[in-house]
Amino acid sequence: MKKSARSSAPAEHPGDSSSVDVWDLRLYVAGKAPKSVTAFANLKKICEEHLPGRYRIEVIDLLEHPQLAAGDQIVAIPTLVRKLPEPLRKIVGDLRDTERTLVGLQLRPRRLDDR
Amino acid sequence: MAQRANKNRNSANRGLPKAPTGIEGLDEITGGGLPRGRPTLVCGSAGCGKTLLGMEFLVRGAVQYGEPGVFIAFEESAAELTQNVRSLGFDVDKLIEQKMMVVDFVRVERSEIEETGEYDLEGLFVRLAYAIDTIKAKRIVLDTIEALFSGLSNMGILRAELRRLFRWLKDKGVTAVITGERGEGILTRHGLEEYVSDCVILLDHRVTDQVSTRRLRIVKYRGTVHGTNEYPFLIDEDGVSVLPITSMALQHEASDERISSGVPRLDAMLGGRGYFRGSTVLMSGTAGSGKTSLASHFANAASARGEKCLYFAFEESPGQIVRNMRSIGLDLESWVRKGLLHFHALRSTMHGLEMHLASFHKLIRDFEPRVVVVDPVGSLIQAGSPNDATAMVTRLMDFLKAQQITALLTSLTSGDQAFETSGVDISSMVDTWLLLRDVELAGERNRVMYILKSRGMAHSNQLREFLLTDRGIELTDVYRGPEGVLTGSMRLAQESREQAAALLRQQEGERKRRELERKRQALEARITALRKELQSEEDEANQFAAQEKDREQTLADQRAAMSRSRKADAAGARDRPHKSSRGRQ
Repeated sequence: MKKSARSSAPAEHPGDSSSVDVWDLRLYVAGKAPKSVTAFANLKKICEEHLPGRYRIEVIDLLEHPQLAAGDQIVAIPTLVRKLPEPLRKIVGDLRDTERTLVGLQLRPRRLDDR
Repeated sequence: MAQRANKNRNSANRGLPKAPTGIEGLDEITGGGLPRGRPTLVCGSAGCGKTLLGMEFLVRGAVQYGEPGVFIAFEESAAELTQNVRSLGFDVDKLIEQKMMVVDFVRVERSEIEETGEYDLEGLFVRLAYAIDTIKAKRIVLDTIEALFSGLSNMGILRAELRRLFRWLKDKGVTAVITGERGEGILTRHGLEEYVSDCVILLDHRVTDQVSTRRLRIVKYRGTVHGTNEYPFLIDEDGVSVLPITSMALQHEASDERISSGVPRLDAMLGGRGYFRGSTVLMSGTAGSGKTSLASHFANAASARGEKCLYFAFEESPGQIVRNMRSIGLDLESWVRKGLLHFHALRSTMHGLEMHLASFHKLIRDFEPRVVVVDPVGSLIQAGSPNDATAMVTRLMDFLKAQQITALLTSLTSGDQAFETSGVDISSMVDTWLLLRDVELAGERNRVMYILKSRGMAHSNQLREFLLTDRGIELTDVYRGPEGVLTGSMRLAQESREQAAALLRQQEGERKRRELERKRQALEARITALRKELQSEEDEANQFAAQEKDREQTLADQRAAMSRSRKADAAGARDRPHKSSRGRQ
């Protein structure tokens, strides 16, 4: 219950999230695996749709920078990390479910029948 | 040495390379360590020491075997972890500095993770690979990887990825320890044993009768003959140690050397030379039968020989023992001061049996005694069940034998028990068994002692009365006579009666001898008198004969004078008148 209440906060006060000028997103991938490519494409699409001009995506390839995995506690690949606005959110997977992704990014309230 | 021998034996047997853990006891029961280059699952419930076992595996690997290690913590942060193990003497920070160790904290927080679509655990793989490659790690611990199950919800993916992970670890050639939480009726809550098939170690933490005991069991170890029992283990300031440490096989050497029991008469009863070095002596007896005194004599004798003696006292404080023994003429304090005698006194209920055994091991290792006294061994039962106590004492005995340490165990026999039982059922395992008991007779109790058994030596089968004097213990023969076996003042009374009788007999003989002497003297006196009489008779006779001769001479002279005066003619005629003149007289 607590979780959903917190998730719904941005929806009730959209200003909270939207007050941040730029959304700082980080996508952790490992090489050019299909999952990573899909994830990036999906993310790009969602951002264009919901945060036009207010987002920044940084793609980190862990195969090149393995030392960066520890910083954001990355276990699964791909993982999308919302650095800003706070709090930190993580979405793992290829982001194929737009609804879920939006809930994860707290751009949309969690539906009661979700999960 | 032993370790190398173990390793050699096993590699000869199986060809399975092993990574020694350096953890006391564990290498012995696994026959050399964990399977090298393969994952080992260590499972157990919360607080049973999984993390610590893993950490010690890495620390010892780094320090003792020069193998760098990676610790991946899923439950504690690196700082928490290093702090926790510092109390056990592991300086993880230093090892990290020396590039012998990496501690990485992998946190998977479900509340901040949303899952959508396909993913894999490549991130974790990358981190592991990075950590392993930075220090060229040979060992890795994943503690507890099951945390992933609570952080991520897609079981299908998780399971597939775990399977891949373990295979990947094998390919990497690192010796891995994976810890897992114990599940209901299964080894691990999430069935990790399904993936780790080479070696599974189960840790357990049980509390029986308010005494907690940690146990370790090797559930499986592919390709290795391993101990299958539950072995008690403990965690102390030196980390984990698994017991028994040595000699599960009866392979200890037997010495021919003999050492004194501290009581000369007892030595005499034991074939004249005392106990065998390295043997186990049990001394059982009722309360107050002198067990501690006899044990103290033994300790005293050892110290006097210049051998170190370790005295475990469970019922009396060292001060009390020293004072009490002073009253029978033993100066134990000087040995303590010289460092030859060390008392380790504590209540047996202080901690569990395993802890006792561990502290025994530790003390024995540190103090290196040649002689150990446990007084009394039976009180260890209070620290656990009788079965456990027996097992523990057996292990202790094995350990001592392997070290060629002579052990003297005392055991209290309570009144309602048969004398030939010892509280801890070890009587069949001891080499020499002395029995001390009270004999109640004529309103007093006296101590008697006998040797119930003594392997490998001719020994007396006689009861001896056992006296505590201010010059120590004295053993005297009990009185055996028509009146039966007598001890104490009965014996003394009987002895004095006998002495009186003997005196009487002696006096009688004396008297007879004197009388005979008198008679002899009397007879001799008579003989002398008679001899004197005879002499005087003889003298008289001689005198008479001489007189006669004189007179005849005189007569002859007179006759010759007369003839001369008568002018007798021929000289030849002088004889005739002599003869005829006698006829005429």
